[in-house]
Amino acid sequence: MDFLIFKAPILMVQASLDGILLGILFALIAYGMALQWGVMNIINIAQGDLVILGGYIAYTMYLVGIHPAWGVIVSPIIMYFVGWALYKLVINKVVDRDLFISILATFGIAIVMQQLMNFIFGADVVVAQSEYGTTMLFDNSVTLPNSKIFAAFISVLYAIGLVIYMKKSRLGRAIRATAQNARAAKILGVDTEKVYAATFGINAALCGVAGALISITLTLHPYVGLPYTVRSFMIVIVAGLGNLPAVAVSGMGLGLFEEFADYILGTEFRIGAVFMLLVFILVYRRFKLSKKREYLK
Amino acid sequence: MNKIAKLFITFISAITLTLVTVSTSSAKVEGEYIVLGAAVSLTGKYSSNGVHTQNGYNMAVERINSKGGVNVGGKSYKFEIIYYDDESNPKRAAQLAERLIKQDGVHYMLGPYSSGLTKAIAPVTEKYKIPMVEANGASRSLFTKGYKYLFAVLSPANQYLEVAIDLAVEKNGGKPVRIAQAFEQDAFSQDVRLGILDAAKRTGSEIIIDDKLPKELNDMAATLAKVKATKPDVLVVSGHTKGALTAIRQISEMKVDVPMLAMTHCDAAKLSKQHGKNSEYALCASQWHKNLSYKDKFFGGGKKYDKDFKKEFGYAPPYQSAESSAALLVFKDAFERANSFDRDKVRDALKTTDMQTFYGNIKFGPGGQNVAKPMILFQVRCKGDTCENKVVAPTKWASDKFYHPIPKWSERG
Repeated sequence: MDFLIFKAPILMVQASLDGILLGILFALIAYGMALQWGVMNIINIAQGDLVILGGYIAYTMYLVGIHPAWGVIVSPIIMYFVGWALYKLVINKVVDRDLFISILATFGIAIVMQQLMNFIFGADVVVAQSEYGTTMLFDNSVTLPNSKIFAAFISVLYAIGLVIYMKKSRLGRAIRATAQNARAAKILGVDTEKVYAATFGINAALCGVAGALISITLTLHPYVGLPYTVRSFMIVIVAGLGNLPAVAVSGMGLGLFEEFADYILGTEFRIGAVFMLLVFILVYRRFKLSKKREYLK
Repeated sequence: MNKIAKLFITFISAITLTLVTVSTSSAKVEGEYIVLGAAVSLTGKYSSNGVHTQNGYNMAVERINSKGGVNVGGKSYKFEIIYYDDESNPKRAAQLAERLIKQDGVHYMLGPYSSGLTKAIAPVTEKYKIPMVEANGASRSLFTKGYKYLFAVLSPANQYLEVAIDLAVEKNGGKPVRIAQAFEQDAFSQDVRLGILDAAKRTGSEIIIDDKLPKELNDMAATLAKVKATKPDVLVVSGHTKGALTAIRQISEMKVDVPMLAMTHCDAAKLSKQHGKNSEYALCASQWHKNLSYKDKFFGGGKKYDKDFKKEFGYAPPYQSAESSAALLVFKDAFERANSFDRDKVRDALKTTDMQTFYGNIKFGPGGQNVAKPMILFQVRCKGDTCENKVVAPTKWASDKFYHPIPKWSERG
């Protein structure tokens, strides 16, 4: 236990801002996962690897001399087609099956993607430089990398765009209808096959945006996808499916919780604390559910 | 298929298998070739360093073979290596070691890349009493298990940054310093940490931040905020290439001012290339540097090795390649002194190794670690936009003066 954070309250501001900015980015990835989970009933283990692939697209642009921030536009476009292709190749064969089958299938995709990325981009850890500088607050005692602020801003922008798209566009409405009741939607003339492919593509595109942002804020490596999968899974578990504000709040909450756990419990418990939180939430949910059930009896 | 036919096939395959085993079990020396076995990571997460390792081995094999080979019993032999890809996976590495020894009949092994994989293989080579000279497993725990057939040409992990603490104390006028440290939670980095703890104890220095970074973590903002608030004299970071890159990125973004920053894996992370000026003044532990003045008759000196390696493979050799090449020189020397292919005689010869290679002096301690070669520290220095690693410690090898303290970010252009 370390109480440095209480001795120097300015650290609390730093921790909160760091946590929230990172949380927003996680929330974007989680929203893609929630969307897909809600519509297709698929838990995508390859989520984190899609993120990393998106990051490598931005990194490749950086290597050829284009500013990596353009990745937030290019990467989702490419990733949409990657997602669409993955759906046509693999996912459409498992989408109606048991959840376990689809988890296995996406797990397989994750392994193949890791190996391919390792093959193409090499096993070195890489970073792309945005050269965005730093914002300093409170007489330099709180520093915020502008790249992180940029990442949070873009994430919010994409999230809002997506919500509007889901509400207003034809495809968006078809996706929501399919999520509510795939059979009924099919009967009423929605081409669910197309909806599924589009949903998988949109999710991959969101991962592409997040990946491009990660390439300029954190680091990239072919094998670091899993932590992103796990975090987004947790955010979705807490927030529930298809509820964007809840996903955003839960994402930021997770970011905050992580930062404070880091300061108070120590860095080694940072990820452990998050898992403990997950267990508590699952137990609490069960407890609530069982109460309800009694009431219904 | 009827029963008799099945039985027949089983019988035939059993005989074939026996024959295969018999015919390969004498593969240690085939004609004029001494066969060595190695499982290295050609795919998976260690693949880049695995390839550096393999290139180092190949370079040495070629050089030794072309310069007269290995003289045993008045006859000249050549080295040959059987490689397998361990996929950066410890279990696979252990299986492959068994396979090399039992199926391919290899009697002498070269190490894999990384401490973790060496740890997986060492029990196997020990079980079959196969001498292994390894060049890429630095973890201290490899040398405390009483292994008798394991020899490492590199300095153990706990020595990586000890020198840095001594240097910090020296710069502080001999007075103890305040240390902040962040280490990844893996065998190697924790060994580096133990070295720092020893050095702190020895110099009476105080450790004010002692963070352990989870493996999955690629964000050190919290640790660095603590560093900013507590203002230590030296910050030590070790977390492989990811740790080095994350640290430099976030130190520069958060404008963390520390007088001294010591790290590992700077050259593997290509710090000076990936982060450019932001990595300037970082102090890095390294096993080897081309400017050191060690010499041998196969590679000449470090600079010659650097040049030849570049010509052969098209990139500058990282220390992982240099130490791998040195492993072959050690084997050659041991075979010649043993003047025999008897495993135990070779092992005894290895144990009494005392030689100089272009990579450094090599002499094995009781645990099999190299005790004759100090670690070196280099500092990243930039001229304009090009940054280079300059050796600054120990003084005997230093080509440049150690720049201390690191200028504040507000004063850096």
